[in-house]
Amino acid sequence: MEKVFMKGNEAIAEAAIRAGCRFFAGYPITPQNEIPEYMSRRMPQPDVRGVYLQGESETASAAMLYGAGATGIRAMTSSSSCGIALMSEAIAWMAGACLPVVICNMVRGGPGIGSIQPAQQDYFMATKASGNGGFRMLVFAPSTIQEAVDMMYRAFDLAQKYMNPVYILSDGFTGAMMEPVVLPEMRSDEFLAAERKKNEAWAATGRKGAARSHQIGAGQRPGFPRAPLEQKNKADWEMYESWKVNEVEYENYKTEDAELIITSYGVSARIARSAVDMLRKEGYKVGMIRPIKVHPFPEIAYEQLDYNKLRGILSVEMSIPPLFYYDVEAVVRKRTPIATCLRSGGEIIERSAIIEAAKKLYGDK
Amino acid sequence: MEKIYSRPIGLKKNINGYCPGCLHSAAGKLIMSVLEEFDLLERCTQVDGVGCSANNHTSMDVDSIGSPHGRPCAVASAVKRISPETIVYTYQGDGDLASIGLAETMMAANRGDNITVFFINNANYGMTGGQMAPTTLMDMKTSTTPYGRHAQEHGYPMHMCEVLNALTAPSYIARVTCIDAANMRKARAAVKEAFQHQLDGKGFSFVEFVSNCPTNWGLSPIESLKFIKEKMLPEYPLGEFRNR
Amino acid sequence: MPKIEIEAEYCKSCLYCVEACPKKVIGTTSAVNSKGYQYAVAINPDACVGCAICATVCPDAAIEVYK
Repeated sequence: MEKVFMKGNEAIAEAAIRAGCRFFAGYPITPQNEIPEYMSRRMPQPDVRGVYLQGESETASAAMLYGAGATGIRAMTSSSSCGIALMSEAIAWMAGACLPVVICNMVRGGPGIGSIQPAQQDYFMATKASGNGGFRMLVFAPSTIQEAVDMMYRAFDLAQKYMNPVYILSDGFTGAMMEPVVLPEMRSDEFLAAERKKNEAWAATGRKGAARSHQIGAGQRPGFPRAPLEQKNKADWEMYESWKVNEVEYENYKTEDAELIITSYGVSARIARSAVDMLRKEGYKVGMIRPIKVHPFPEIAYEQLDYNKLRGILSVEMSIPPLFYYDVEAVVRKRTPIATCLRSGGEIIERSAIIEAAKKLYGDK
Repeated sequence: MEKIYSRPIGLKKNINGYCPGCLHSAAGKLIMSVLEEFDLLERCTQVDGVGCSANNHTSMDVDSIGSPHGRPCAVASAVKRISPETIVYTYQGDGDLASIGLAETMMAANRGDNITVFFINNANYGMTGGQMAPTTLMDMKTSTTPYGRHAQEHGYPMHMCEVLNALTAPSYIARVTCIDAANMRKARAAVKEAFQHQLDGKGFSFVEFVSNCPTNWGLSPIESLKFIKEKMLPEYPLGEFRNR
Repeated sequence: MPKIEIEAEYCKSCLYCVEACPKKVIGTTSAVNSKGYQYAVAINPDACVGCAICATVCPDAAIEVYK
């Protein structure tokens, strides 16, 4: 496959198009503007023939996505941090209504307007509470543009499979940089038409002779009669639990003989990886655990560690206070010391700082 | 003997969720009746707001999307653009359309999205217990204006037809009421005209129903019709504001 | 002869039809439907002229008219 040199935001948008995304609604916010800009160029083109709609706000854009989801088309939105927070209303509705949509968050500093520079301060918002009502989503955390592209491609299939929104938790760094990337194959019109046809069993685009009219609404599974809400909540919970078995994804990097584990996700993990390589060169037995999806959290990766030979775990993220750290702490349960190496508010984490923190925790070689 | 007036087939065979005398029911009846006449029941999607307007889906037997509060126009715009062959309309109350969803309403109208918007103005938030709405009349007592609506504190009633009429894109704007048979016929004609605009691809069409809320107004259904005539209509004059 | 049929189960006793009927055909009795409403009935059916005003104003589409 041919490699192209692309900016992260544009590569993500192109991957979505190739996965079959035919509706995009969004609102300008840095650092993800190239996604809507690219979509506005690409959607009307003859090989796509999709719909681009600029919302009057993130609130409206997410509502537009909700409407798009209700038609059974492959659809997405993107935004950043405070914009995603505004979308939390419709995100909860889409989870409530079981709609197969994709949401992409190119995270910036926070809280509130924060900064326009990259950060990882939305970890809790993405993995624990993206809206009211206690719903969950599959949350991908790409650490390279290639990974973001591949995840975006899979996200639409998974949204369809589980009838649940899928979330890409990236950051302003990955969105703004350029690197070589292999783009996936364009899904054929036939494939997309067949997928859309399947969704006609529940889509609300006019009854067209169906035995029952189709109702889409939060608290209701598309294509099924309205059930008591608790019953639906239970079914959703069962699905979330099934992800712990079927959807966990993580990477073990040089962990086999490691006496110190660096754990990190997304762009921080990309920087931490090179820190591991440099520490190895200096003779430190260091490895890395990197969740590829941050929800479901890969508890198994940490359970598999031999805590008897471990000197500690260094949790690395671009968020102060740390957030990802608490998921690590919950699974490690004080079996080894955990230290943190953190930056925040739009400051990029330095490899040298990770190396220094790792050496301190490691102690004498 | 010929049946000269039938219950619209788009209405489910059940008692709907509205209070006795509530003209939400009348608006719903007219919409279903026109969709039936145009043979659109099988190819329309209703987008409901939150509040009493959301009760609608208990009686309307058409495809529907229950929307976040205030967002029906955004939802409907997306559905229509993706599926232009579907007749898409929203059904919204005054809190939904004129307060929390004002931006969505105005911007869908300003984009000229080819959707039809039905707006039920009963001067209060009915579902939640009769709180003040943007459309509450001056001096009117509601559960959050216990001393009446006063200009200094609460501003003035909001006139959505007039506000929308300031935009370039909308193609049809009308205000109707369902207080008697003559007005019901006019209201039905307006609903018909609005859907015709959508069928003709002319863009945003808007019908406001000056409605009642006997329960929260503390009036009998018959008294509430009198209140519309005497108090609501002087503030919200009926008529076609735009038709092109 | 014109006549009206009122579906008692849909009626919520708002009395709009009673008020609107020019021939005073409609009234209520002590009978109630399953929701407890004293539903409208044609108490004076012979006076009906089939103008359909009652059905037109009925918000709950409970009245059908034959002529």
